[in-house]
Amino acid sequence: MNGVRPAQRDPAWTGRVGLLLTAAVLLWPLLVATEFKPWLLLDADAARVTGHFLASFLPPAMSPEFLWLVAAGTWRTVAMATAGITLGLLLAVPLTLVATRALSVSALSGRMAALPLVVRQAARGLLIVLRSVPELVWALVFVRVVGLGPAAGVLAIALTYGGMLGKVYAEILESGDAQVTQTLLRNGASRLQAFTYGLLPQNAAELTSYTVYRWECAIRSSVVLGFVGAGGLGQLMDGSMKMFAGGEVLTLLLVFVALVALADRLSAALRRALG
Amino acid sequence: MRTPAANRPYRLPPPLFDARCRACWWVAGVLALVVASFVSLDLQLGAFFSGAALSSMGRFLAEFVPPDFSGPFVRSVAVAAWETLAMSALGTVLAAAAGLLLALPASRRHAGDPAHGRAPARLLLNTLRAVPELVWAALLLIAAGLGPFAGTLALAVHTTGVLGRLFAEALENAAPGPADALRAQGGGTVPVFLYATLPQVLPQLMSYALYRWENNIRAAAVLGVVGAGGLGQMLSFHMGLFQMHKTATVLIAMLLLVALVDLVSFAWRRGLMR
Repeated sequence: MNGVRPAQRDPAWTGRVGLLLTAAVLLWPLLVATEFKPWLLLDADAARVTGHFLASFLPPAMSPEFLWLVAAGTWRTVAMATAGITLGLLLAVPLTLVATRALSVSALSGRMAALPLVVRQAARGLLIVLRSVPELVWALVFVRVVGLGPAAGVLAIALTYGGMLGKVYAEILESGDAQVTQTLLRNGASRLQAFTYGLLPQNAAELTSYTVYRWECAIRSSVVLGFVGAGGLGQLMDGSMKMFAGGEVLTLLLVFVALVALADRLSAALRRALG
Repeated sequence: MRTPAANRPYRLPPPLFDARCRACWWVAGVLALVVASFVSLDLQLGAFFSGAALSSMGRFLAEFVPPDFSGPFVRSVAVAAWETLAMSALGTVLAAAAGLLLALPASRRHAGDPAHGRAPARLLLNTLRAVPELVWAALLLIAAGLGPFAGTLALAVHTTGVLGRLFAEALENAAPGPADALRAQGGGTVPVFLYATLPQVLPQLMSYALYRWENNIRAAAVLGVVGAGGLGQMLSFHMGLFQMHKTATVLIAMLLLVALVDLVSFAWRRGLMR
């Protein structure tokens, strides 16, 4: 270190280098477990297959019949997401009302009574279970029960997003100022009245904007669900990839990116209009 | 001069729909979208909630118990769970590194910064982000072959888009004081970033990365369905063969793994915020 002027020496370099070395040692087992061999991508055979596939991307498929299929698939994707979120709301709203601590009458005076506490925790537990099972797993289960088609996808989105919405709604409702609600409850309002006149007006903007954001996520999910047979853009993409039809894959990817961007814009505008 | 009324004048509540109210039009549009969705999908949910469908659902769920807890199978589930965990962790680490590299051109870090790369870098990040992990995995399978490597890359590519955008926002929102001070002393772009901006935002960047790790463990658990290794591959394999006891074990492992990662990440993030 003698050659370096003192002003340019990093006093904490031992710590930094030590941290990097520790990270490298910790990363090693991960690299082994995931068979991380990037050089295989550059292997002559693999590179040729990839090159062929990428070259077939151009030109994108633009035949009218295919575009018609894509349009129908796009609508189906959007409709599945919308219907799924709507059914999810039917599930989330009652569970939120049950799970919200701010609507407890017994908690107004000291601790919550035993039975309401158990019921609230049970509702919370149900929401967590619904949310932790990925929508793709729900879809695989429902495809077995109701068969291939949009119903399986819609139900899968409804269950997962019902859980997500319910949990976050409860958190939003509990994060705000509880005074209005408590005053209403203390003066003899029912829980539903306290909710509609106290909690809801306070939190309506936040609740709406979270719901719209989740609708946007549901569109992405409903494309993924197409891969297990729920229809829409995902199913078209799966078919085109299996046939190595690069042009069709490119068209679908472009449509999909445009759809997500459009949903992004729409949801931002909607949040601004309602917020 | 007239005295103002003691009570506020009585007014009718606003009408439910008013052509001049923009929110009303939005709500009407949303309702139309919902109705059109249900009509066009023809879900036949009535049939789903009928007695026959419910009893077949019940029979299907009953097949899951008891889960298969025999020694060799549990061991292979554990190996797959470790593979899934490694995929999610490595994917997140790679994405954090790539995201930071892309966040640099995608952010305008001081007022004099021309930031020519901002628009193209953001377009790239948005494109990476728009395509879900599973679609990336299906595409990358062709280049990387079946197995966890393709899954790791897919997670990394999608998460790069997400983290890059969040990182860029964080870099732009960092307090400019320390960086300005170093720049005024003649510090170059790289030292200014490394010694002023980065230490300031590092806890926030770490916390974003940990949050994405929670998402990625969920994604990694299902990526296997298209052949990208881990628990998802076991799930689709055993479910395809209708081996429901084994499927139940895999599902339990998935839930435990997700809960474990949530716990670790939550504790870690709380530590960072302190």
